Amino acid sequence: MEAIRTDKLTKYYGKARGIIDLSLSVEEGEFFGFIGPNGAGKSTTIRTLLGLLSPTSGAASVFGMDIVREKEGILRRVGYLPSEAFFYPKMRVRDLLKFSADLRKTDCSAEAARLCERLQLDTERKIDELSFGNRKKAAIVCALQSKPNLLILDEPTGGLDPLMQREFFDILRERNRDGATIFFSSHVLSEVQRNCSRAAVIRQGKIIACDSVSGLSEASAKRVTVHGLVDLSRLDGVKDKQEGLNSVSFLYSGDMPHLLGCLTAGQITDLTIAEPDLEEVFLHFYEEEADQ
Amino acid sequence: MTVLKHELRQGRTSFWIWTGVIGVMLSVCVFLYTEVRGEMDAVTDLFSSFGSFTAAFGMDRLNFGSLQGFYAIECGSILGLGGAFYAAITAVNMLSKEESNKTADFLLTHPISRRRILSEKLLAVFVQLTLMNVIIFVMSVLSIVVIGESVPWTEIILLHLAYYLLQMEIAGICYGISAFVRRGSVGIGLGIAVLLYFLNLISNLTESASFLKYFTPFAYCDGADITTFKRLDVGLLAIGALVCLLGISVAWYKYSRKDIA
Repeated sequence: MEAIRTDKLTKYYGKARGIIDLSLSVEEGEFFGFIGPNGAGKSTTIRTLLGLLSPTSGAASVFGMDIVREKEGILRRVGYLPSEAFFYPKMRVRDLLKFSADLRKTDCSAEAARLCERLQLDTERKIDELSFGNRKKAAIVCALQSKPNLLILDEPTGGLDPLMQREFFDILRERNRDGATIFFSSHVLSEVQRNCSRAAVIRQGKIIACDSVSGLSEASAKRVTVHGLVDLSRLDGVKDKQEGLNSVSFLYSGDMPHLLGCLTAGQITDLTIAEPDLEEVFLHFYEEEADQ
Repeated sequence: MTVLKHELRQGRTSFWIWTGVIGVMLSVCVFLYTEVRGEMDAVTDLFSSFGSFTAAFGMDRLNFGSLQGFYAIECGSILGLGGAFYAAITAVNMLSKEESNKTADFLLTHPISRRRILSEKLLAVFVQLTLMNVIIFVMSVLSIVVIGESVPWTEIILLHLAYYLLQMEIAGICYGISAFVRRGSVGIGLGIAVLLYFLNLISNLTESASFLKYFTPFAYCDGADITTFKRLDVGLLAIGALVCLLGISVAWYKYSRKDIA
């Protein structure tokens, strides 16, 4: 069954673009990454799925439930971690977690205690005394304590120190092993590369690629580094060309025989052709868009 | 009723401050009555000579020397304005504060429908207003008993009831507005309360402006009318009830489909 399915989902804020014709499918049990720069539409997508925004056109469902008509049913099975968490400032963390659990009509106290212990969050503190990082931890516990089937995380690691990030991803992987689907947006590619099985890239409100993380890295592009003399002027599909001393490095997404022909025609002393990391692919996709 | 409970807890401080201030002020005024009782005839004469401004406050028809008359005027300024302000602020903040404090994301991503949130928050406004009015009423009656006057039950019940309904009406209007605004809501709420108060003063000033009484709930709280006729103006109350319901319906319509950006 699909945990998330969107079909030409579109959201405009008045005339301003949010997302356009976004079609996406996330299977149950996946660890899915959603990559894009700020303002690309990541949060708009997430907020539409959660019913905070109503779609302009198109449709979407979560666990087969329609996002407009069956909002409550969806939210019962979803834990959401916003990129910036705001709570009622005068409340104690303990009361906040209780309030969240009460709104779900469940008792999550055991799981909450376990999570607070792991994330080292003091539940006696008041929200307005918490640092940004600790507020984030409170948000994480709120999102996870009810053991939801789907976790929607919007840029979850901002504000967490590296140790906490590791603990956080450990928890996420455990949840994933136990069957939870994880959908998380990020602009930190290494995070996605390390944790996700599949990912989609969004830019200017549109999905420009959706594949397994390894597939995305392969895409068609290779990182080619050449030492020696070579004439690249007749070669199509060269991007991100960086010229060094007697060397040149570029992303190549064109025809392979062409590349080889071009290389043999030159005088090269050394050559590497490597998989680009996601970071490069990411930039490469942007540049492609910007060129158009 | 999780949201209701939450709102009552969140509004606790503000509730006790407003209730305390209004209740104590009313009681202090009642105690002052014993001091000024003897001199009141002169005061009534003085006040009745201010021409149309006397009429604006209904002092041409009220006997300042009697407890009812004195109380109706005091009540008008303290419970009238104080209650209206509290009702306006509480209601106008009720929905908008979630967005201005950015807690809407938290609340609305829990499995609870917006309609449910709307009902429980509205209930929170009405519970607080009801409780405040009961406490203030008891404080008032007790102070009258303490100074040894006999309690003018009909007048005082009608007066307090009228002001309670006025607060409900203002709360209804402000609740409707609350669904639209994101910030600066307190200013709007207070502005509306003050505007309605002045509309009533103006409508009392001249005959040509008296049609304004249909636009302000302060009209059916007129102390002079209530103590003279010992009943409330049902026509004006009906308009008030309609306006209140309209405000609530607008809130329902808007908030249940609002984009939380």
